[in-house]
Amino acid sequence: MKLLTCPINGSRPIQEFTYGGAVRDMPAPDAVNDEQWGDYVFHRNGYPEVKREWWYHTASGVWFIAERDVVNDVIVRTYLYSKGND
Amino acid sequence: MPYQLLRFAMRKKYPEPRMFRSPDKLRDEYDVVIIGGGGHGLATAYYLAKNHGITDVAVLDQGYIGGGGTGRNTAIIRSNYLTEQGVAFYQRSVNLYADLSRELDFNLFYTKRGHYTLAHSDASMRTMRWRAEVNKHVGVDSEVVGPGFIKKEIPQIDLQCGGHQPPIVGALYHPPGAIARHDAVAWTYARGADRHGVEIHQKTKVTGIEVRDHAVAGVHTDKGFVKARKVLSAVAGWTTHITKMIDLHTPLVIHPLQALVTEPLKPWLDAIVVSGSLHVYMSQSTRGEVVGGASLDPYELISMRSTLDFAESMAGYFVDLFPCLSNVKIMRQWAGLCDMTPDFSPIMGTTPIRGFYIDAGWGTYGFKATPVCGETLAHTIAHNEEHKLIRLFTLARFGRFELVGEKGAASVGH
Repeated sequence: MKLLTCPINGSRPIQEFTYGGAVRDMPAPDAVNDEQWGDYVFHRNGYPEVKREWWYHTASGVWFIAERDVVNDVIVRTYLYSKGND
Repeated sequence: MPYQLLRFAMRKKYPEPRMFRSPDKLRDEYDVVIIGGGGHGLATAYYLAKNHGITDVAVLDQGYIGGGGTGRNTAIIRSNYLTEQGVAFYQRSVNLYADLSRELDFNLFYTKRGHYTLAHSDASMRTMRWRAEVNKHVGVDSEVVGPGFIKKEIPQIDLQCGGHQPPIVGALYHPPGAIARHDAVAWTYARGADRHGVEIHQKTKVTGIEVRDHAVAGVHTDKGFVKARKVLSAVAGWTTHITKMIDLHTPLVIHPLQALVTEPLKPWLDAIVVSGSLHVYMSQSTRGEVVGGASLDPYELISMRSTLDFAESMAGYFVDLFPCLSNVKIMRQWAGLCDMTPDFSPIMGTTPIRGFYIDAGWGTYGFKATPVCGETLAHTIAHNEEHKLIRLFTLARFGRFELVGEKGAASVGH
């Protein structure tokens, strides 16, 4: 069974979590043209490396960040989001 | 016959001719370099030579041909899609497949089985009705059938799903749905291309792409630099490696998709059975194994590992649909890489870099499109302009917010 450590609930089976995609910065909608906005909306970094991702603990409703190596599925660390650590 | 087979096996030298040559050295220059020796890349090479007379082509593969998605899919061929454009495209592919064994002079075991997409709710019956009407409108053989028809055609099925799942209330029935031997599709396209003079280089890894003045100049490989003015990337799950080399932004995110086969059984299941609600599609191969595939793994992962979770859940769904499988053993399980786009449609054709063409985003439905991809990409490369069947599928569609609405038909069903 694969485990993921929720910063609030501790180590839980990964089936209890929902993957929320990579952590990305949204450009100011008024400051970019349509093409740049399309780039933000649709395009992703699909390259295999260690990534910062949003994860959601479904049972308790906690959103947090996991750093995960998407090549070998190893979770490097997990922590709650706050303005300073993004 | 067994005696002949024994003699065949005892020969010191392999008695069959090789399907294609293995040139030991890359030349300095080719007209076209195709990265990726899967079905799509090899079919493109074949149609470039056959339809457009372009034979100075090299196909490069970092491993062996057909070792990626081509050899890992569940080999289902169908055209009952949701949009008119999607149907026209896949129908062309089915037509090419139906004649492919003859054209390439090799038995691909292409067999029409009939394809059932099961509905477990009124909502999914509504989608089936919609798909059937779109299909009929453009001349594809599809119809909605009730539980009685399903039970008559597939007597082993449990319409109640053992009480563990919502009961089956109907299905979208697509009689031309077929399966074929997927490895053979790669081999024969390789042989066809090779006979026209195309070079196939296995174990040749692309390490960089040379771009000068927004145009392709060649590719760097672990066997040296090769000049080429036209380069196609047809590498499925490895596309993000290639696009990073040239800083090309795409929406591709890669997920594994897992599949398994049971031990071989005597033929009992003629139809291809798909259930979107149960995330399962299954058929019995010509070797007798029951082949089953799931939906995508739920998070990004660029690895071909397979999991116990998958085998457990798939076995459960198998038994829900076919209680007769309860004592059958699972023989193998594996995963393939699916490069996914947000609109469940491929990315094909030209890119902002002149001479660089892309064929990607084929996660979960690439095998059935192999011939039509080869044909339309060969046209695109020869004329430097998208073939009319793939104009919707360009990379530029995302910048224009013109997505293709095919999600309902492609996200699960095969």
